[in-house]
Amino acid sequence: MTAQEIYNSIQEKFPDTIVEFNDSVLQPYIKLTPDQFNEVCQFLRDTDTLGFDALMNLSGVDYGEELGTVYHLYSMQHRHKIVLKVNVPREHAEIPTVADLWRTADWHEREVFDLYGINFINHPDMRRILLPDDWEGYPLRKDYVQPEEYNGITIAHPDMKGNSDEEK
Amino acid sequence: MGWFDTHNENNIFFGKLEDAFNWGRASSPWPIGFGLACCAIEMMATGASHYDLDRFGTFFRPSPRQSDVMIVAGTVTLKMAPLLRRLYEQMPEPKYVISMGSCANCGGPYWRYGYHVLKGVDQIVPVDVYVPGCPPRPEALLDGLIQLKEKIKSGQAGK
Repeated sequence: MTAQEIYNSIQEKFPDTIVEFNDSVLQPYIKLTPDQFNEVCQFLRDTDTLGFDALMNLSGVDYGEELGTVYHLYSMQHRHKIVLKVNVPREHAEIPTVADLWRTADWHEREVFDLYGINFINHPDMRRILLPDDWEGYPLRKDYVQPEEYNGITIAHPDMKGNSDEEK
Repeated sequence: MGWFDTHNENNIFFGKLEDAFNWGRASSPWPIGFGLACCAIEMMATGASHYDLDRFGTFFRPSPRQSDVMIVAGTVTLKMAPLLRRLYEQMPEPKYVISMGSCANCGGPYWRYGYHVLKGVDQIVPVDVYVPGCPPRPEALLDGLIQLKEKIKSGQAGK
């Protein structure tokens, strides 16, 4: 199936969820609203003609104004793939989980939560995965400010204190 | 003959007790391998047959209670730092630390933007020998170990 056909089948079933479709890039993507995201993914996985049985990758992105996630889906049976994108506002970063559809998403979503602070609704175990549990802030957000110290340990090397990029 | 004088006919040795202790300490420092990243691969290579750390009387111990020297091999994250300190404190005196590789020395490539990396293991434990490299080759680690032995023999290490 081509990306256009995949887009058409989503368009037919969930006409209100699609924000954007771009077929002119190397990996065609469909941008969706977060509202019915889980249902759309279930549709993509369980429909025989689509059959997206593998979530190859799940990433988080900070676009500046908005946060977002990117899903790379692949169908082992049909050997076609598609990219899904979901954008959410910074203040209200919540996206329905797809961990119930693809187990891959479980730890990937925890990692996105860990580093971007995007909350995945209905995730079975939504907590940090890499950073310590008592860590404050989400380091891969563009507005993240590195703290002075963590549990009494100075984070910046003593020689580097006060040295910003501009001064260097 | 170094630290002792021999009166052969009577089998009597003269020397400082501390020197005798240090000679013993330097002869077989048993490391606790603190392998944390790619440096650990080089440390394993140093211990394996090709470079054969055993010929220096050095055997990796799985427990801090049985160890004399801690080889910190790799990137120390802030999450790992308290555990490293705890293992160091569990080692019996006298104890020594070899900081292996750029990450353990100063943070390495995480020097500027590594919000999660400890900028040098010497911030939490006293380091006797720094081995530079990213990662250091086994020869470099062997040299670091020999440097440590020299330091122990001269009574400068582990202060």
